[in-house]
Amino acid sequence: MASVSLKNVRKNYGAADIIKGVDIDIADGEFCVFVGPSGCGKSTLLRMIAGLEDISGGTLSIGDRVVNDLPPKDRSIAMVFQSYAIFPHMTVRENLAFGLTIANAPKVEKDAKVAEAARILQMEHLLERRPSQLSGGQRQRVAIGRAIVRKPGVFLFDEPLSNLDAALRVDMRMELAKLHNDLGATMVYVTHDQVEAMTLADKIVVLNAGIVQQVGSPLELYHCPVNKFVAGFIGSPKMNFFDLMVESGDDAGLRISGPALQEFSLPLTGAAERLVGKKLTMGVRPHDLYLSGDGPLKGTVILVEHLGNETLVSLSLTNGQAVIVALDGDTECRVGQTLKVGFPANKVHLFEENGNRVAV
Amino acid sequence: MASKFTRSNSTGWLMAGPAAVLMGLFIVLPFLFAIGLSFTNQRLISPNPTQFVGLSNYSQLLGVGLLTLEPERNEAGDVVRAEDGAVSYPALRGYTRNNPDYPQLDGMREWFSFSLGESRTYVLARDVVFAKAVVNTIIFVLVVAPVQGGLALVLALLINQKLRGINVFRAIYFMPVVVSIVVVSLLWRFIYDGQSGLLNNLLSALTFGAFPRIDWLGNPSTALGAIIAMSIWQAVGFHMVIWLSGLQTISPSLYEAAAIEGASKWQTFRYVTWPGLRNTAVLVLIVITMQAFALFAQIDVMTSGGPLDSTQTIVFQAVERGYGKQDISGGSTISVILFVFVLAISLLQRWLTREKK
Ligand SMILES: Nc1ncnc2c1ncn2[C@@H]1O[C@H](COP(=O)(O)OP(=O)(O)O)[C@@H](O)[C@H]1O
Ligand SMILES: [Mg+2]
Repeated sequence: MASVSLKNVRKNYGAADIIKGVDIDIADGEFCVFVGPSGCGKSTLLRMIAGLEDISGGTLSIGDRVVNDLPPKDRSIAMVFQSYAIFPHMTVRENLAFGLTIANAPKVEKDAKVAEAARILQMEHLLERRPSQLSGGQRQRVAIGRAIVRKPGVFLFDEPLSNLDAALRVDMRMELAKLHNDLGATMVYVTHDQVEAMTLADKIVVLNAGIVQQVGSPLELYHCPVNKFVAGFIGSPKMNFFDLMVESGDDAGLRISGPALQEFSLPLTGAAERLVGKKLTMGVRPHDLYLSGDGPLKGTVILVEHLGNETLVSLSLTNGQAVIVALDGDTECRVGQTLKVGFPANKVHLFEENGNRVAV
Repeated sequence: MASKFTRSNSTGWLMAGPAAVLMGLFIVLPFLFAIGLSFTNQRLISPNPTQFVGLSNYSQLLGVGLLTLEPERNEAGDVVRAEDGAVSYPALRGYTRNNPDYPQLDGMREWFSFSLGESRTYVLARDVVFAKAVVNTIIFVLVVAPVQGGLALVLALLINQKLRGINVFRAIYFMPVVVSIVVVSLLWRFIYDGQSGLLNNLLSALTFGAFPRIDWLGNPSTALGAIIAMSIWQAVGFHMVIWLSGLQTISPSLYEAAAIEGASKWQTFRYVTWPGLRNTAVLVLIVITMQAFALFAQIDVMTSGGPLDSTQTIVFQAVERGYGKQDISGGSTISVILFVFVLAISLLQRWLTREKK
């Protein structure tokens, strides 16, 4: 068991800065997910923790040791790769026991540890097979099993579910959550899929372009994103954004207008003075929108997706902007129909022009 | 478009056509001719009609026999010894020339002999030069295949790194492959020269003149070794490139997984690299073996099979007979024997290196 701490960690390849000063503290036993769009540096960061990439600046500690210059095997970590990285010419048993084999461990110890990992992952019946005789999910299980056998302080996962099909991905996700519960080990998990992040994480780190955008629990990020990037990245379907103007404000609230909506008022007090005359971006999640005869948004239905439990309706507003509204599963709705939509004032997220959340 | 390509065979045949025709014309057809000729007494240019001679060409080439002789004894039954103590044996030709008791040895000559106790065993061959050629070729293959393959692998491992200027090394190692083997052989004749060759000069400079000058190609005990060394050097770059391509098919994440498990360099090679090179290894081994069996140009340029037949090889003999001595049926027979030989060895190698289920 171990905590992980990154202090001003940097990485550059020549002149290209990839990780631009990252501070993260991961507590012992925590499930921490790095999430962000493709190419933002998640894998690089994880590989720096693993010791597969060297660290250009800052300090990395695992437990209470600074491990910047330690080789991977001495960092008390185990890693599961997206490509599984299991040895194709070895049986499952040999793969699981690989670390023990090269450390010349006695056979009794090997057998015991392999048996335990196989039991945890319920793959006793696969031990004598070769990777070519396994399905994708089973291969990933072997990779996880190899990590378990190491009994590491920290488990590192780099998009372990990306190569699996959708149904299997959901199953494996639940198994990983269970594994974390059973082992109680620290886990660092990289994904570009915010659903995986939301479902698995104790703590999510949202990365963009090598910079930490926000660190918090899934619900913190969902309800209180610190900037427009996090707001747009977390939550599915994506949050809707509207450009608007603050016309006037007083103790009763703000009068707001925008190209795509009727004037309406927000009962926001306190910040009124500061915001009058400013251009802002308003964000509203699709699930917070509802049909309302006098709602400030009006648009034509361009797409209806019936998912059963809910219906996703895409509207084209008067200025052509598209908005997604999540309605009840049995909502009747036709393409071409005109709908009016409203939202509760307390579900509105306001962002300044630089993308930061408006402090109130 | 794509579906048309996969459905219609004619496009494929059309593309393979030119190569297939040329190969048929210049490889398959001549080879079929060779099989036919090997059963006749055809000469390159001869006024006599061709006759079918059955397997006599083969028995002429492959015929070997054993003969064990007791020392000559005097009336008392004691071994006759010369003044220096040497034992003398009856003359061989008494057995191999028109001896009605030994018809199977008729026409054979001594290949080599060894002593067991007092008696002496002679290994006889109907065609001693060909027998030597076979042995030399096998020695060549047995040395070149592992050494060239292994050296090429070492070079490939060294060169498979992300270093500045590594391409220069790749080019340097590959250069001898691009140069014609005839040119390389000519150059190495100078290097091996008995008087002022580069090798002799180098060795004597390194040992301050203590190393005696050797006529590397003129000495029966060094000639084959010299040719082996040069041949290994010449083609090692080619096999290095094949190994390199094999190395690059191994997923980098396997190496990373091994590094995380704490594998040493040797363990990484043993558990990750080498198993990943299995198919490449089979390819390299078979290609080297086949090339080595075809050893000809170096011999032709450097030694012409000499000195004392110490560098005779199968293909050199085939050419020498077929064109030098105009015995085209004999040359053809050698080619067919070589073909069967190489085929058998390739199949054996494939079987030995098969993936065990
Ligand atoms: N060896 C390298 N040399 C230069 N740039 C690299 C190297 N490895 C990764 N990068 C760059 O670093 C960025 C982050 O990559 P990565 O961490 O793999 O992103 P992701 O978040 O998708 O996992 C990418 O823009 C990539 O092009
Ligand atoms: Mg990645």
